[in-house]
Amino acid sequence: MTNKKFDLVIKGGRVVDPALGFGQDAHLFIKDGRISAIESDSAEMSRMLKTLDGDQVIDASEKLVVPGLIDIHVHLREPGREDEETIESGCRAAAAGGFTAVCCMPNTTPRIDNQETVKFVQDRAEGASARVYVVGAITKNIEGKELAEIGDLVKMGAVAITDDGHYVQNPDIMRRALEYSKMFKIPVCQHAEDQYLVSGGVMNESFQSTRLGLKGSPAVAEEVAVLRDIALCRVTGARLHIQHISTRRAVEAIRQAKREGVNVTTEACPHHFVLTDEEIGKEFNTNLRVNPPIRTKEDRDAVIEGLVDGTIDCIASDHAPHSEEEKDCEFDQAPSGMIGLETTLGLVKTYLVDRGYLDWGDAIRKLTSNPARIFGLKGGTLAVGAAADITIIDPDKKWTIRAEKFRSRSKNSPFIGWKLSGQVYKTILGGKVVFEL
Amino acid sequence: MSHLASRHLLGLEGVSKEDMTLILDTADSFREVLDRTIKKLPTLRGITVVNLFYEPSTRTRISFELAEKRLSADTVSFSPSTSSVQKGESLRDTVQNIEAMKIDMVVVRHKSSGVPYYLTQCMDANIINAGDGTHEHPTQGLLDMFTIRRKYKKLEGLRVVLVGDVKHSRVTRSNLWGLKTMGASVALCGPSTLMPYEVERFGVDHYTDIDEALEGADVVNIMRIQLERQQAGLFPSQREYTNLFGITRERLKRLNKNYTIMHPGPMNRGVEITSEVADSDQSVILDQVTNGVAVRMAVLYLLSGRKKEEGADND
Repeated sequence: MTNKKFDLVIKGGRVVDPALGFGQDAHLFIKDGRISAIESDSAEMSRMLKTLDGDQVIDASEKLVVPGLIDIHVHLREPGREDEETIESGCRAAAAGGFTAVCCMPNTTPRIDNQETVKFVQDRAEGASARVYVVGAITKNIEGKELAEIGDLVKMGAVAITDDGHYVQNPDIMRRALEYSKMFKIPVCQHAEDQYLVSGGVMNESFQSTRLGLKGSPAVAEEVAVLRDIALCRVTGARLHIQHISTRRAVEAIRQAKREGVNVTTEACPHHFVLTDEEIGKEFNTNLRVNPPIRTKEDRDAVIEGLVDGTIDCIASDHAPHSEEEKDCEFDQAPSGMIGLETTLGLVKTYLVDRGYLDWGDAIRKLTSNPARIFGLKGGTLAVGAAADITIIDPDKKWTIRAEKFRSRSKNSPFIGWKLSGQVYKTILGGKVVFEL
Repeated sequence: MSHLASRHLLGLEGVSKEDMTLILDTADSFREVLDRTIKKLPTLRGITVVNLFYEPSTRTRISFELAEKRLSADTVSFSPSTSSVQKGESLRDTVQNIEAMKIDMVVVRHKSSGVPYYLTQCMDANIINAGDGTHEHPTQGLLDMFTIRRKYKKLEGLRVVLVGDVKHSRVTRSNLWGLKTMGASVALCGPSTLMPYEVERFGVDHYTDIDEALEGADVVNIMRIQLERQQAGLFPSQREYTNLFGITRERLKRLNKNYTIMHPGPMNRGVEITSEVADSDQSVILDQVTNGVAVRMAVLYLLSGRKKEEGADND
């Protein structure tokens, strides 16, 4: 507790909070780690601001002041692969990308399928530059055979469950997971890819895979999985969240299911709304190997359309760090995944906002209040009394993605060298600046 | 020496008609050398070529080794089963160690598509693709074109049908790109489960009825059927495959009069081709093997001596 009336004031920025339906120039006042007021400018305000210490004030003029971004799909690799990422380094990357909260996936080594591992992650996240929410496994050891102790996971603080990286192939087990999870009011998240149809594919099945002689993973593998799970969601009345949607027909399936009132939500990743499989081209760049794969132009456009019409609720990075050694190999031998925490906001601005698909309000909604709602998280708003998790964005700042600037321990991004517009200026967590440009 | 546009041969996709013609014309002169008593030239004296064969191969490996020796190159052959690859060494480390021994050219065969391109990122040597995964096998494509051209004195206007497991065949892709660029008409034929995805985007004819495909064709190039494809459920049995797609004497009636039978080998006699056809006068299967040495000599010759610092790269 301090004696000052305010610990921090962010003055003169354009405050955008879709949860509050707020979008205007205003000053934001922070006290004891919480938002204490949002005030429009006035003569009285200006006089008051002049009385504050310089170190109490952040001048946000020409900037956007938004709720701290929330990424509900992140791989922090700890425990098990601390060479690729740690909770600490992942959270630094999150802060640099404007994220004040991340939800970490359970496919670590060991898996996050028991209370002890949840506790381990929570303990390691103490004092990190972002809030870490744990997503537990659906099945023991992510093997798709027996349900994990979901109740215990939730009791310990898990906010959702998923076997991410693996599809729960057995429909009966998925049905039970949906039914069982209803007791805890958490979403069951699905990495939707029928493994029989994927059949070892390493890139999208298309003319490009034909050209390159790489085994294709067909879009229908995702479509079949999404349709099956929508059917199971309908019959169980549970909450289903489809992760990293990537195909046209899967987007259509979710659009239709939502029309029918099925309780399904979904997310899209920047690489699926920015890239197409033609990028793999002749260079066989292993940083473009992701799962689900980067699809065709038609699929990419459908993902954008889904973001525009609200079929796709939120944007998540699927930040998947891999060491340089692991990615420096034959394309079909490389692990899947690319990092994304530090590039997501710039890609959203450059490829969705600047191109007129989303306005800032929509974009921020998909990065704050919507993910918070889906996973039942606190945050995602600048409401008075809420934790002062805030992201300040320099909306038109031109910058180039540089490998050496990444805070992540891994550099596996195909976007290195890309020029973007829109960069994080400061990230504030609980009233404290955790990142500044 | 006239130069190719690239200092590597990674595939035939994107290679110009001029470059392919240069390789085929150069191969013509080397083919004559192979008929001489002394089949050796000093052309690559002082050049060291490493043959990196990560995948089993008989004819391609021997063909390259012979081509290198005929041109007086120093050659080293590498086999992963007796190398540090067994100790877990990465591909990059393996090739960079080999390059540190001051070699000039690498001929690479690998089960993963894209490895020849990857090697261009790891080392300075000239890279020649001797078959990568299901991507390309450019010297096979060139030797097939060379063999056809020797017989018909042209490629333009000929109708070439590629039959069999065209989906998994790197030979198919190289043939297709090469023949199309040279003005031949290409058709693919095989079971629909062995047809490449979105095959129509290659801009070639494609058939699942062999008799239809062979109608009016000049050349039939038969791609090998692998037993593992049947085991993976891509067709029900070799017997059924033979009934539907096997090249028999009877089926050849549909071809043009002066037709040609080709096969890159190894052949499954009695499955994709009958012995009667394979050993007939129209078969040039063994000529392909001989011509392969000449074509590989041409490729080695044209790429040799072009190091990175010489510029004119477009790779």
